[in-house]
Amino acid sequence: MKRFGVLMVVVALAAVGCKKEEATSATTAPAAAKKSVKIGVLTDMSGLYADLAGPGSVEAAKMAVEDFGGKLGDLPIEVVSADHQNKPDIGSNLARQWMEVDGVDVIVDVPTSSVALAVSELVKQKDKVFLASGPGSTDLTGKACSPNTVHWAYDTYALANGTGKAVVQAGGDTWFFLTADYAFGQALERDTSAVVTASGGKVLGTVKHPLNAPDFSSFLLQAQASKAKIIGLANAGGDTINAIKAAHEFGIAKGGQKLAGLLVFITDIHALGLETAQGLNLTTAYYWDRDDQTRAFAKRFAPKVKDHMPTMVQGGVYASVLHYLKARQALGAANASGAAIVAKMRELPSQDPIFGAGSIRIDGRHVHKMYLYEVKAPAESKGPWDYYKLVREIPAEEAFLPLDKSVCPLVKK
Amino acid sequence: MQALFSQLLVGLINGSFYALLSLGLAIIFGLLNVINFAHGALYTCGAFAAWLLLEYAGVGYWPSLVLAPLLVGLLGVAIERTMLRRLYRVDPLYGLLLTFGMALIIQGAFSLRFGWSGQPYQIPAALQGAMDLGFMVLPYYRAWVVVFSVAVCAVVWFQIERTRLGALLRAATENPTLVRAFGVNVPRMITLTYGLGVALAAVAGVLAAPIYPVRPMMGAEQIIVVFAVVVIGGMGSIFGSIVSGFALGLVEGVTKVVYPQGSNTVVFVLMALVLIFRPAGLFGKAA
Repeated sequence: MKRFGVLMVVVALAAVGCKKEEATSATTAPAAAKKSVKIGVLTDMSGLYADLAGPGSVEAAKMAVEDFGGKLGDLPIEVVSADHQNKPDIGSNLARQWMEVDGVDVIVDVPTSSVALAVSELVKQKDKVFLASGPGSTDLTGKACSPNTVHWAYDTYALANGTGKAVVQAGGDTWFFLTADYAFGQALERDTSAVVTASGGKVLGTVKHPLNAPDFSSFLLQAQASKAKIIGLANAGGDTINAIKAAHEFGIAKGGQKLAGLLVFITDIHALGLETAQGLNLTTAYYWDRDDQTRAFAKRFAPKVKDHMPTMVQGGVYASVLHYLKARQALGAANASGAAIVAKMRELPSQDPIFGAGSIRIDGRHVHKMYLYEVKAPAESKGPWDYYKLVREIPAEEAFLPLDKSVCPLVKK
Repeated sequence: MQALFSQLLVGLINGSFYALLSLGLAIIFGLLNVINFAHGALYTCGAFAAWLLLEYAGVGYWPSLVLAPLLVGLLGVAIERTMLRRLYRVDPLYGLLLTFGMALIIQGAFSLRFGWSGQPYQIPAALQGAMDLGFMVLPYYRAWVVVFSVAVCAVVWFQIERTRLGALLRAATENPTLVRAFGVNVPRMITLTYGLGVALAAVAGVLAAPIYPVRPMMGAEQIIVVFAVVVIGGMGSIFGSIVSGFALGLVEGVTKVVYPQGSNTVVFVLMALVLIFRPAGLFGKAA
């Protein structure tokens, strides 16, 4: 009996180890000589972020290539993709193999900040290009900024500054955070706390939950016990969906507390349904039903991805790939260094149907307008995917962290 | 105080799953001497069976609560008949390796077909809504989980400890040859016991489907804690596995209030302590 007990412990530990390693499926194209321009979409293909990035991001990259004409000079443009499963070790291995063996020139998307931070460092070493539209952490353009990385679409400062500020101004001045325990969640909590405090509010406490948590009931009860007016959800994708669902189930709103989803995607709202999601404030760079151009893009995109409207992450993949190709064309050289391409990308103003006019700063931050929306009530919605109404347009210069406050070493002060 | 009560209640709900799963493990270990590492994967099978029945056959929650464990139980019978049976004469380590390998195969197969993310399963209409207990809002479905698990555990315990069938079963554990001499078909009894243990895992899986997203790794995440529960309760002790299942759920709940950071590790700390001071487990008999 005693022996079994000990044996069991050993095997249990082995199992924990195996869980990490069993997940190493890679889908990379075979190695080839430099006969094409290769775009690698490194993303979460089947996990909690697969709907907001995943296969939709791959399609978005292909659309950008198609709109660019499919060729850069004489070189055909190829899109490859792989599943990083939200694990930094798997993501780094895939990125390294892509750059060293498979001749990938540019890595795009990469939701999950912990993976993105690892990839950004690798890309800098190899002097390739990283177009980050999936991750949120401001560290990518802050203390870990890189001359080879462009951060597109959104970041935790923009979210905090949009949603956080609006909620405090509406009277939600005491906060309790439910934070996904990794780089993104921590950055979002940090940036939102700063905004809450600066706007005269108070943070009463926080509870960290693991990425992809199965059950939020006990975390929500901790939040309830704090008596804070606002429960801030510093998480994303499937975690946000499950937290909002559980809050609904446990009647959190009846106790007088409100949820603030700090990063909410249209695919999350779709999964939740308007009945549960109505009234949420959210900050986004892209909503499909904003103007003719955004609608036209969404109409082309949706049929390719199970009739889902694109998220700002997927829009970011499209826009950043398009701008990258334009810059490379302007630069002329078929095999230019990553840092030189990014420098060219900074030089050229960007223009696309999703973000409109924008520009890239020295710290790698792509700046553009952001929008604060409110989720419609079921009665207000006229049809499928008619989910948001505009609360406020946030000008580009206000939306992102001002350069003079940046801690990025590339910013000269 | 309010926080303590509500966390205790959530702990009791988690404890229900621990108890059902550790009960199945304890029964299998008690009779077969097999450490069933596939238990978590079979729990996943139960949840997926319920989801598949609904998705492709339109079979709702209530029939699934019987059908899914039956189907997964049959799978268990097939596993015992074709594979596990061959390993009884060799070191128990081989049974463990076999079931561990099967767990990986089952998880891999589900993720290949359905991906890693969760499939949603609706709470049955009769159990939607919640009651206000004053200190917290308790969804009806979660109350049902606790009531049903306690009932299932009680019935199984009674069957094994207080009936003739149970007496034969326990006798076969001690001395299979002698029991066979009384005209009892011991191999069939062993097969059915494994089927029962597996079916219990599937029951837990069906119960879990409306609460946790149905996904390939759901069992692997639970099972590590459940093994700790079994070690604490005492390997092979039916009563110990039930009691320690519920108790450890409650301990986790208390830890959430007193020292939230420790709630993920408290079970393993207890396991370490039990192994040091009472290696046979709290309810186990020393070998």
